[in-house]
Amino acid sequence: MAENEIREDEFVDVTDVVCPVTFVKAKVALDEIDEGQILRIHLNGGEPAGNVPRSLKEEGHEILKLADNGDGTFELYVRKVGD
Amino acid sequence: MAFTNEQLERYSRHIILKEIGAKGQKKLLNGRVLIIGAGGLGAPAALYLAAAGVGTIGIADADVVDLSNLQRQVIHTTADVGKKKVDSAAETMEAINPDVKVTRHYDFVNSTNILDLIKDYDFIIDGTDNFQSKFLINDACVMAGKPLSHAGIIRFRGQLTTIIPGQGPCYRCIFKDLPPKDAIPTCRQAGVIGAMAGVIGSLQAMEAVKYLTGVGQLLTGYLLTYDALKMDFHKIKLPPRGDGCAVCSDHPTITELRDYEQVACQLGSHGQQS
Repeated sequence: MAENEIREDEFVDVTDVVCPVTFVKAKVALDEIDEGQILRIHLNGGEPAGNVPRSLKEEGHEILKLADNGDGTFELYVRKVGD
Repeated sequence: MAFTNEQLERYSRHIILKEIGAKGQKKLLNGRVLIIGAGGLGAPAALYLAAAGVGTIGIADADVVDLSNLQRQVIHTTADVGKKKVDSAAETMEAINPDVKVTRHYDFVNSTNILDLIKDYDFIIDGTDNFQSKFLINDACVMAGKPLSHAGIIRFRGQLTTIIPGQGPCYRCIFKDLPPKDAIPTCRQAGVIGAMAGVIGSLQAMEAVKYLTGVGQLLTGYLLTYDALKMDFHKIKLPPRGDGCAVCSDHPTITELRDYEQVACQLGSHGQQS
């Protein structure tokens, strides 16, 4: 189970907003943490699960994991790159 | 401060921009811009800065809305005719964005009030339409060390520069002194195409946003001119700030503000704004 043991430094829930605000909310949360720290993002499947990781990757951040919660939501783990 | 979900949505197109992001949007929300003149130039500048979420915007104007203003002063509506321009402008801005605090200065700028007026602002936008005001605003901003966007429009032409005192030439470095009376017509006499105010006033808003967020390069040291008939934009490099300027050189000859005589032909109507 080692691959599941990612420890986040911060958490943000973006299931209460729709694209592109999902990405915006995630980006703002990343702005608040330090380089190298990990953000866990709780997001809906479908468009958010597709777009948010891609957009964060385009910004240069490292996508560590996208885990399916089985209830239509996902947990995305991102390591902040750059400041 | 943390953004509300509503703010994240309102400013999403800014925050998505790599150059702006959450940090840039916070700088805008903490920013303070004074717009002198709620006229042709001031209208689009005020609208875009309010929409952008610039937290405190001052509007200085002592005029009321006239029917002949509406062809270009897009912040005012037909129902606003006869209303103070500061009130009309502030109401529109507050309706666009409740995050913005609009400070109304119901006054024409003069040598005795201008330094007090500009002192609490980060960036000044000159939206006036006469040389007396433009020289006064320039001299006051140089003396107070306040960044200034200068612009002027007439007929199908517009011009724009950004003055950062000490870092580049000022308005007086370029134009020295007021032109002789009646040498240059005002836009009241000469006319101006409405969209020109929109183009140039929007560029002034752009410079304010760039200054507040620290993004990109300002027009400091350049004069941008726009000829709408030829659809020509020219970015003219200005001579560096030299020893010769009466107000911004190291040994200025102008050390006190003064009010310049109003050109007689402008007194027929009580306007200040383009």
